[in-house]
Amino acid sequence: MTQKIVLVGNGPVGHRFLEQMVKSGRIDDFEITVFGEEPRVAYDRVHLTAWFEERDAGPLNMVEGDFYADHGITCHVGDQVLAVDREAQTVTSAAGLCLPYDKLVLATGSYPFVPPVPGHDRDNCFVYRTIEDLEAITAASENAKTGTVVGGGLLGLEAAKALHDLGLKTHVVEFAPRLMAVQVDDGGGNILRKKIEDLGVSVHTQKNTREIVDGDNAVHKMNFADETELETDILVFSAGIRPRDELGRDSGLAIGERGGIIINDLCQTSDDNVYAIGEVALWGGRIYGLIAPGNTMAQVAADHITDSVTSTFEGADMSTKLKLMGVDVASVGDAHGNTEGALSYTYVNEADEVYKKIVISGDRQHLLGAVLVGDAEDYGNLLQFALNKITLPDQPDSMILPNVEGGGAALGVDALPDTATLCSCNNVSKGDLVEAVQAGCHTMGAIKDATTAATGCGGCAALVTQVMNAEMEKLGIEVNTDICEHFPYTRQDLFNLVKVEKIKSFQELLGRHGKGLGCDICKPAVASILAATWNDYILENDHGGLQDTNDRYLANMQKDGTYSVVPRVAGGEITPDKLIVLGEVAKKYDLYTKITGGQRVDLFGARAEQLPLIWKELIDAGFESGHAYGKSLRTCKSCVGSTWCRYGVQDSVGMAILLENRYKGLRSPHKLKMAVSGCTRECAEAQSKDVGVIATEKGWNLYVCGNGGMKPRHADLLATDIDDATLIRYIDRFFMFYVRTADRLQRTSVWMDNMEGGLSYLQSVIIDDRLGIAEELETDMAHIVDTYQCEWKTTIEDPVKVKQFSHFVNSDATDDNVVFVREREQIRPATAEERQGDILATA
Amino acid sequence: MSNWTDICQVDDILPNAGRAALFNGQQVAIFRICDNDGERFFAVDNYCPFAHANVLARGIVGSIGEELVVASPIYKQHFSLSDGHCLEDDSQSLRTWSVQRDGDTLQLTA
Repeated sequence: MTQKIVLVGNGPVGHRFLEQMVKSGRIDDFEITVFGEEPRVAYDRVHLTAWFEERDAGPLNMVEGDFYADHGITCHVGDQVLAVDREAQTVTSAAGLCLPYDKLVLATGSYPFVPPVPGHDRDNCFVYRTIEDLEAITAASENAKTGTVVGGGLLGLEAAKALHDLGLKTHVVEFAPRLMAVQVDDGGGNILRKKIEDLGVSVHTQKNTREIVDGDNAVHKMNFADETELETDILVFSAGIRPRDELGRDSGLAIGERGGIIINDLCQTSDDNVYAIGEVALWGGRIYGLIAPGNTMAQVAADHITDSVTSTFEGADMSTKLKLMGVDVASVGDAHGNTEGALSYTYVNEADEVYKKIVISGDRQHLLGAVLVGDAEDYGNLLQFALNKITLPDQPDSMILPNVEGGGAALGVDALPDTATLCSCNNVSKGDLVEAVQAGCHTMGAIKDATTAATGCGGCAALVTQVMNAEMEKLGIEVNTDICEHFPYTRQDLFNLVKVEKIKSFQELLGRHGKGLGCDICKPAVASILAATWNDYILENDHGGLQDTNDRYLANMQKDGTYSVVPRVAGGEITPDKLIVLGEVAKKYDLYTKITGGQRVDLFGARAEQLPLIWKELIDAGFESGHAYGKSLRTCKSCVGSTWCRYGVQDSVGMAILLENRYKGLRSPHKLKMAVSGCTRECAEAQSKDVGVIATEKGWNLYVCGNGGMKPRHADLLATDIDDATLIRYIDRFFMFYVRTADRLQRTSVWMDNMEGGLSYLQSVIIDDRLGIAEELETDMAHIVDTYQCEWKTTIEDPVKVKQFSHFVNSDATDDNVVFVREREQIRPATAEERQGDILATA
Repeated sequence: MSNWTDICQVDDILPNAGRAALFNGQQVAIFRICDNDGERFFAVDNYCPFAHANVLARGIVGSIGEELVVASPIYKQHFSLSDGHCLEDDSQSLRTWSVQRDGDTLQLTA
């Protein structure tokens, strides 16, 4: 028999409860109904201010697709539950619904507290909690010049930023002597105030609003207890929250003295069949107004109701780190030093507006709390010390003092014990990381692979990087990102120099920014950068000597110094006539012939001087270079798609040909492979490619950063159900962003693994254009596409270039060291023994 | 006086690149180095003792510290252009030849 669950409240915590119920795998055993009084389903209230970016509730929505229908959940939107009858176990809603429940979950959240001063209910007075509030504030701002927020806490400053961004002259009025009174102390508050005033926001502290009346020059006038006044057109109250506990009160549940429905460690109220979670719940005499504890409560309640794992709510650490109006603010543990005997250290830098304070125990053993304003980089480190009760260094102040050259103790991550958990998502300790570094993991990508650290929320990435660097330093491994001894720059630096200074040749770059003659590291790297930027013919006299031997001879050198030839067969589609030409050419020059994994044909055993002759015949037959020799786009593999396949939903071959022809010749830090599958059966193995495209009923799913090879990696889903034009636009941006920012010889998979922020960062750059460079990336790609040339066609048309392919500069003789034997009716290089035994075949 | 043999024109070899030449039945890799110190020529074996193939003329030239080098295109070992020694492996070295420029012609001698 299914149990009936009624959830009252469809906010972030309520929704998390539903997600946890789904995750339990037992959702089918329950009949769940959720009520929400707001006119829309759950949205991300934590990031409410983001609504202003597009003035659209869409991006804040937390409910994916057909979540409710998929899991058999009934959702009532815009209907408030008015009464609970605990005896009959029913709830009654405003719309007149009366539903029975076996278990009731109250996630009604809180409401903004509005001080009961006379005039608080005048027009143009708002609160800051729902999307409707923001819509009303925005509408009112159109006829307003000034806006004032009552309350200088975390949410108040968020609201102030919103008013400021709406173009209003903004004031913040705070009753306490400082901003963010809960999280920071006086010193931190001063710096915070200064920084916020620098932005043009006026801050008024120690102001007790006595009344709000008609203004002389604005809508309102606020009269303060100290006889001062402030005129403003709009008022937003953000003076704290109060739990929405009326259902609990009316139904006789135990309520805290100052409000909140009392819960036990299992999130049960005084009635075992009624749970309360989130901001309405009072645990240990405390209301938790942050999202993380709310999420934990949601999980505990769901675990208990589904009878899965036993979890309990045991309070939560209220440490926070955030960016308010561009200012970094962080607070750890006992920020005010309320613990008996606590001692503190303070660092104030008025010049750069930085404030740091740590609070330590009276016995000087442990960190109790911290306040950081203006520079919160130490947050992760300090939080670790506080949470893990790590023994402090002899001079605890060195933890917040700037690391001045020549001074400053080497502390930071070194002081963490090996047992400290750095990645709490995946429970990875410092010791695990140290072990990984000692075992040879010297990049973030390798560390993530080996330990899974920083692969969850990513919040520990900075700390993990520090541990890695510190450990490498201890092992004497130099962390030098210079590309080689000739340029004190990374590949990305060189790319920017070439682009910004419009540098067209290696000599020019070396003259301006390098030293020595160059080498086999920097020359091919710069050649690739020049090609990806200007796309000149790669064997131009200035460029020829830079190319790796494969690029220099436009073919792949094999172990005996001969080359292989791979003409382009876009999408793997080839006519019988062309296939015959390949066979004829291979036969004429006696080339070993093999089908490649990229759906084309590789012809081996060509001597350098034969290459132009072979290519003349191939080009005359309509072939072009396959760029198999370059760090460049190789192939776009495809399955046969909707044209022939009874399962295909899109023309995958057509798309593959289009994509391969668009990006052919693009030079990149490493080789690039693509594939297009015509349906989810994925016969083209697109998820193992740098760019993989899989057809859907509605368009295409775009996958990126996959890899086969030595270290296989499944590609990540970047975008879903996009049309042809969007697909190409995103791939343009993706490839160019990779070409610009990757290290030399770094595959897209490793590039992604080392990227701070990972997939979501990449999505924000490619899809949301977070860096504002999308148009530039597209323009750069358009240049590459427009200036494509078949390098082999250009080469065979130039007799001077063709001359470079002869083995000897002074003789028509061939290399007598190249010796083949026959095996399975084809040639192969002779082994050393075969050479000595003189078992020779004709070359 | 040594005997100089004409090999090719200077411009047959691209700046900062090499070409192979047949000299007294042996394969010689000739390199043309152009930098701030002007233009210089070097000649070493074309045969790479690691790859057992005649490929060094197709290697990338450059400098490591003060040493002018060519990198084998197959397994990337570096050889000194001036005395032929291998920077990665003391036990291997290349023979060297003297190169001179006579007008636009390059000449080799043993």
